[in-house]
Amino acid sequence: MMRDGASGSAPATTDQDRRGAHAVLRGVTRVYPGAMAVHALGPVDLDIGHGEFLAVVGPSGCGKSTLLDVLAGLNPPTDGTITFEGNPVHGTVPDGVGVVFQEDASFPWLTVHDNVAFGLRRAGVDAAEIERRVTYAIGFMGLKDFTKAYPAQLSGGMRQRVCIARTLVMQPRLILLDEPFGALDQQTRLLMGDELLRLWRETNATVMLITHALDEAAMLSDRVGVMSARPGRFIDVLTTGWPRERDSRIVADSAFGTLTGKLWSLLRGESLKAIGSREGLTQRADT
Amino acid sequence: MTRAAKVGWSRIALIVGSVLLLEVLCRTKIINPLTMIPPSAMAVKLYEILASGQMTNDIIQTFSTVAIAFVFSVTVGLGIGALVHALPRVRRALDPLLASYYSIPFFVFYPLLIALFGLNTIPLIAIGVVFATAAMVISTLNGLDRVPRVLVKTAKIYRMSPLSTVMLLTLPSAAPYLFTGLKLALAYAFIGIIAGEFILSGGGLGFSIAYAYQNFDNDTMYALMMFVLVVVTVMNAILHMWEQRLLKRRARA
Repeated sequence: MMRDGASGSAPATTDQDRRGAHAVLRGVTRVYPGAMAVHALGPVDLDIGHGEFLAVVGPSGCGKSTLLDVLAGLNPPTDGTITFEGNPVHGTVPDGVGVVFQEDASFPWLTVHDNVAFGLRRAGVDAAEIERRVTYAIGFMGLKDFTKAYPAQLSGGMRQRVCIARTLVMQPRLILLDEPFGALDQQTRLLMGDELLRLWRETNATVMLITHALDEAAMLSDRVGVMSARPGRFIDVLTTGWPRERDSRIVADSAFGTLTGKLWSLLRGESLKAIGSREGLTQRADT
Repeated sequence: MTRAAKVGWSRIALIVGSVLLLEVLCRTKIINPLTMIPPSAMAVKLYEILASGQMTNDIIQTFSTVAIAFVFSVTVGLGIGALVHALPRVRRALDPLLASYYSIPFFVFYPLLIALFGLNTIPLIAIGVVFATAAMVISTLNGLDRVPRVLVKTAKIYRMSPLSTVMLLTLPSAAPYLFTGLKLALAYAFIGIIAGEFILSGGGLGFSIAYAYQNFDNDTMYALMMFVLVVVTVMNAILHMWEQRLLKRRARA
């Protein structure tokens, strides 16, 4: 399914390909230019199947967010190709792609309602349809009592719900989430995970979740892609084998423990590398 | 009573108390009547001046000059701020100059401006603009610095044009800082223009105060001083209330 791009061989047809890959990355790299150019990502080959829930884990600084940025079209790849629904993606966000960021991206000057309606208004959707979709998304994310509230009056978790609702109303077919629950406490994260699963089932969208939390990846996804230290490549992809109907109670399942353990054994060495390289940098900066 | 209301009332009490104290000191002649007249007498005289209409032209002249300088400063300051923000190298060169900008005594240039433009309102507008623009530039830079990067990414997701990104995301996000710029620009425009009128001018409130002073017309001088103070305070209070309404939404509950 996913190969180490360094091999350079032509990708073989896989199960996902036959189901129809929704997004395809081939030999994708990203180098941040400059005097001290940083090779942040790849080469990466990746197929994301229609309706699949894919999680991506990796050590900090391995290029997970860079991967999301190029796939979303927020930044162009330095090399390689990306296609979404058969069309190339190169530095512009295609229609049908929604992104939720780790940082609070809610608009503090707008009410929850107007935050959620923002994209639809921009897209020129008619007022009645906006109301219908906004009401639905707000209800779905449990924000019904806060429609007139401003983001500053909400907790971090609630504000992230606003951002998810804002993405949801656009009816994206591919939802990319960049550590969306990174700033939340553990219990809230588990519950938000449930919400995300509900959203995924309800919308039939394809989901790619970037996370540093192994348990989150193991609990939520159909497959977990494990990335190496920078420049990030896929070391392995594990299939979780969870049923589509699932929720955070999976954490009590013995298979969950096995899976998380497996993820950690794959990642431990890479994480050490990432920490080591960072300490090396600090030392150099000190001298 | 809420905490904020208590603070508000004590502020009013302080001002009213000071005015009353001044009144008592003047009435008991502890303060020499030739030096200062009681606030109540200032108010009476001010009413007479306003009712007679003798100052109407000066008032209009000063306020229209301030208004022109204010609008000009805000527009130019916003433009320069946005431009400098987009050019990091220029920014690095300008930053120390901006930081020390208000250490320059601009009024030394006022005679030069009169020589250039003549004795009319243009040198006054120029001094007001020179005074107020930098405050707007600094506030604009501050505001743009604090626009979260994630908002720029969000704009890309909605495939927004640069113009609509600025109008719908950047400006609202920077609004609290821009508002500070507006307040400062108004204050500086007032200071620059009234001081300019004071130094040399053919009319306006600053000129009228200076004229009254030179003619030993204490009553008129104090009445006009009171007028300027009251107007500036009221304007600032209005802007402050507007700003509070804006900030209230964005303050953490």
